[in-house]
Amino acid sequence: MTAMILSWSVFLAQVMLALAMGCAVWRVAVGPRAQDRVLALDTFYVLAAMLLLVFGIRTGSVVYFEAALVIALLGFVATAALSKFLMRGEVIE
Amino acid sequence: MSDSLLLLSLVALPFLGALAASLLATHARNAAAYLAGGVALAGLALVWTAYPTISQGGVLRAEFAWVPQLGLNFVLRMDGLAWLFAGMVTGIGALVVVYARYYMSTEDPVPRFFAFLLAFMGAMCGLVLSGNLIQLAFFWEMTSLFSFLLIGYWHHTQAARDGARIALTVTATGGLCLFAGLLLIGHIVGSHDLDVVLASGDAIRNHPLYLPALVLVLLGALTKSAQFPFHFWLPHAMAAPTPVSAYLHSATLVKVGLFLMVRLWPVMAGTDAWFWIVGTAGLITLLVGAYVAIFQHDLKGLLAYSTISHLGLITLLLGLNSHLALVAAIFHILNHATFKASLFMAAGIIDHESGTRDIRRLSGLNRTMPFTGRLALVAAAAMAGVPLLNGFISKEMFFEEALSADGLLVLPLVAMLASAFSVTYSLRFIHGTFFGPDPQDLPRQPHEPPAWMRFPVEILVLGCIFVGVLPAATVGPFLDLAARSVLGEATPYYSLAVWHGVNLPLVMSMIALGGGVVLYMALQKHLRSGIEGPPLIRRLEGRRIFERALVFLSWRLARRLEGVLGTRRLQQQLRMVLLLALAAGGFAAWHRGVGPGNLVPQGVDPVIALVWVVGAACALGAAWQAKFHRFAAIMLLGGAGLVVCITFVWFSAPDLALTQLLVEVVTTVLLVLGLRWLPKRMDKPGATGVEVVTISRRLRDLAIAIAAGLGMAALAFAVMTRTPPDLLAQHFLARAYTEGGGTNVVNVILVDFRAFDTLGEIFVLGAVALTVFALLRRFRPAPESVEVPEQQRDQSARDAERPDRRDGDTVADWLLVPSVLTRLLFPVICILAVHLLLRGHDQPGGGFAAGLVASIAIILQYMIGGAAWTEEKLRVLPLRWMGTGLLLAGGVGLASLFFGMPFLTTYFAYADLPWIGRVPTASALLFDIGVFALVVGATVLMLIALAHQSVRGHRAERRAETAPRALVPGED
Repeated sequence: MTAMILSWSVFLAQVMLALAMGCAVWRVAVGPRAQDRVLALDTFYVLAAMLLLVFGIRTGSVVYFEAALVIALLGFVATAALSKFLMRGEVIE
Repeated sequence: MSDSLLLLSLVALPFLGALAASLLATHARNAAAYLAGGVALAGLALVWTAYPTISQGGVLRAEFAWVPQLGLNFVLRMDGLAWLFAGMVTGIGALVVVYARYYMSTEDPVPRFFAFLLAFMGAMCGLVLSGNLIQLAFFWEMTSLFSFLLIGYWHHTQAARDGARIALTVTATGGLCLFAGLLLIGHIVGSHDLDVVLASGDAIRNHPLYLPALVLVLLGALTKSAQFPFHFWLPHAMAAPTPVSAYLHSATLVKVGLFLMVRLWPVMAGTDAWFWIVGTAGLITLLVGAYVAIFQHDLKGLLAYSTISHLGLITLLLGLNSHLALVAAIFHILNHATFKASLFMAAGIIDHESGTRDIRRLSGLNRTMPFTGRLALVAAAAMAGVPLLNGFISKEMFFEEALSADGLLVLPLVAMLASAFSVTYSLRFIHGTFFGPDPQDLPRQPHEPPAWMRFPVEILVLGCIFVGVLPAATVGPFLDLAARSVLGEATPYYSLAVWHGVNLPLVMSMIALGGGVVLYMALQKHLRSGIEGPPLIRRLEGRRIFERALVFLSWRLARRLEGVLGTRRLQQQLRMVLLLALAAGGFAAWHRGVGPGNLVPQGVDPVIALVWVVGAACALGAAWQAKFHRFAAIMLLGGAGLVVCITFVWFSAPDLALTQLLVEVVTTVLLVLGLRWLPKRMDKPGATGVEVVTISRRLRDLAIAIAAGLGMAALAFAVMTRTPPDLLAQHFLARAYTEGGGTNVVNVILVDFRAFDTLGEIFVLGAVALTVFALLRRFRPAPESVEVPEQQRDQSARDAERPDRRDGDTVADWLLVPSVLTRLLFPVICILAVHLLLRGHDQPGGGFAAGLVASIAIILQYMIGGAAWTEEKLRVLPLRWMGTGLLLAGGVGLASLFFGMPFLTTYFAYADLPWIGRVPTASALLFDIGVFALVVGATVLMLIALAHQSVRGHRAERRAETAPRALVPGED
């Protein structure tokens, strides 16, 4: 019973995360402001990291945590570059 | 001394000497000369050491494994002919070194000259000692290459560059033909070993491929030996320093073609095709060369054409298909080398001491340079074939052969005519230079050269006299050895004697001598008039035809082809690439058919399906926005990449996912960096509406894009739904731990099983990074994107408005939190990089991923802290990183050679480290560290090169403010 509840909740979490990714992409594509898009992309990265974590829970493997860690640690670099571009008009001064 | 040591050192010593000479200081003239002379004399001594064996009719042979898998060995082989040539190469080489020591000016970089000369000598030795056809072709091209460097030694003059280029183009093209021909021979015989080839003459001559092989080999030999119609490169090569001419065009380079013909004579000659091709080329060259030589005003030009003519004579002898003619040919090769080398040296002395080589300006030098004059006189007389000198004896043999050739009356007549011409130009050389009234206004006051500069000429002239007077006692045994090594039992009886009684050849000689003198006197008026070029065939200039052909090939044809086939529009290029890929893929599918895969289909996980829908939406959105909203397109591209990354994780490829993610991050930064230099926004389509042509073009492009995308998807589907029975992966999986010492198979493949590929790839990556760097150094942004971006101007303006704020305060405030965070994160990211690097062999990670992580850490500092701040705190030297990485990776590969293992073999063991315990270590880790360093260096180099454009732009902006006219950004 417990196992079934867990597997269903993990599955539902995954579906919801995937739907949330869809929402984030909608924001990236539509905007309206460039800042909205950048924030949406960052959300997208966070969602991807979480999706991988949940995937790890579902399969019971820790190999995938690594990928989530890397996304968490380095995913923001793209966001930083994009924000810097918006803020100053160039990435490296 | 063992055979192999002797032969190997004969070939290797000059190359080692060349290496040593190239390391000497630029003006170490004496040291380089001593080195070169020592090497040449040592070579001569080695040749002499081999004489006892050779004189017994023995053959020295040494074999070293080269590509044993293909049955190819590096074979050095010395028989009589090779011995004679090796002696000539080293002996005359030593004399040329002595001469060059005094000839070369102190301003020239003399060690470089001797380095080239020695390397050329090594290539020559390798060539004559080659016991293997492929090796022969290799050394053949090497002589072309080093002669190119030698001829172009004074590369600051146009003539030297042109001469070198022409010589290389002609001889190297010939060399390629020769290579093809030798491969054909190897195919006919079934072996590339020279001994086997020489033993299968009948098989070669009767093979249907004989004619193509013959033509190809002869193209190589005739171009190298400057035979008509390829002779034109030789006169232009006279732009070389005179020692080079004396060496290359008397004893070595041009004799190589003859050497090859002699070498292959037993197996290729004896047919009508050989007679007609070789004989005709030799005959025409003999006559045309001698004729043109008469009308040259440049001393070296005269000698060049006379060389061509004498080479033609030898070629003609070889073409006569007679054993006696072959002996005469070898004899004349020797004689020509001695008198022509001394004449070139004499011409060089005249040029050196009087400042000119123009016969029209020179005269009466006999009074100021009596000794040189005597020497040149004897050498020129040998060239003309005056009795009691060596040229006379071989010329007599030539006449005799010309007379006995199959009843062709034209041959003796042409021989006599060419001989008369040679008397004329020899007379012109001597009489025009050394006799007559005192010279007027020469650039320098002529005088005798230093004694040692004359010494090589003296030796050679002495040789001419000794051989001329006592041929059988001096050169007889050596000639016999060489002839016997080619002809074996078939060596005919010949007599080397000065006096054979009054016979037809002697009469012909006398007629030629007399005729030549008469011709010279008759031509006096014409020659004095100083007209350039020979009469009658002035327009027949090989060089002009050659240049025209080159211009056509490399310029007009290339231009036309580019106009027809090429385009500079990226859209069209992309369209062509896609269409070609579609056609290729479609053809393959249609030709072989595509059936269903052999894997059982599985249900689709709804989660990954949803993620894919999101990814597809990203990809479509990126394509949709690519033109008018690049910023959004870049982000959508990043989203698509992330979905790919999730997919990799989903299907259990953590290595790929890791790499994909890192590449995604770096790519996004790179694209945004580039975005700065693109114009802000393209114009939206106007209100007038889109034209029909545009619509149809877009529809067509859309169709192509959809077809390509669907094709790619179908291809991926087809590959992923089937698994071949004997998958290579099984082999890797089974061996990764036992042989590679790692449990991460992907990494073991990269650093061990396929390490050679990885090594190649990191070299390519390094080259790409350097190219990007070099291109960006010259990058000039478009005028509309040069100015400082709008945001920065606004923020600076705000700082300027408030008196309590300084310029840059706004940005500093805004970036305060990110900069603290990134500085804190820097060590964390670095630790992640080290972690990925160290455990890469057993778990996901590896040098490439770690390198990307480290470069991301550095880029982050650049982005938030700014280039100036970061470079002040953290000096990254990308070139050092790249160099270290390449050296380390290559060095680890080479290190395995020291343990007797093949290149790039991995060593694996457990290491006991204090506090940590037993740690699995493999030498592949060092290789991976090399990859890591290279990736860090290359990535940082490219990104920094791009980033510095902004720095440079600001500088230009400031300069434009101070000096409104100077709008061009300066160099870093």
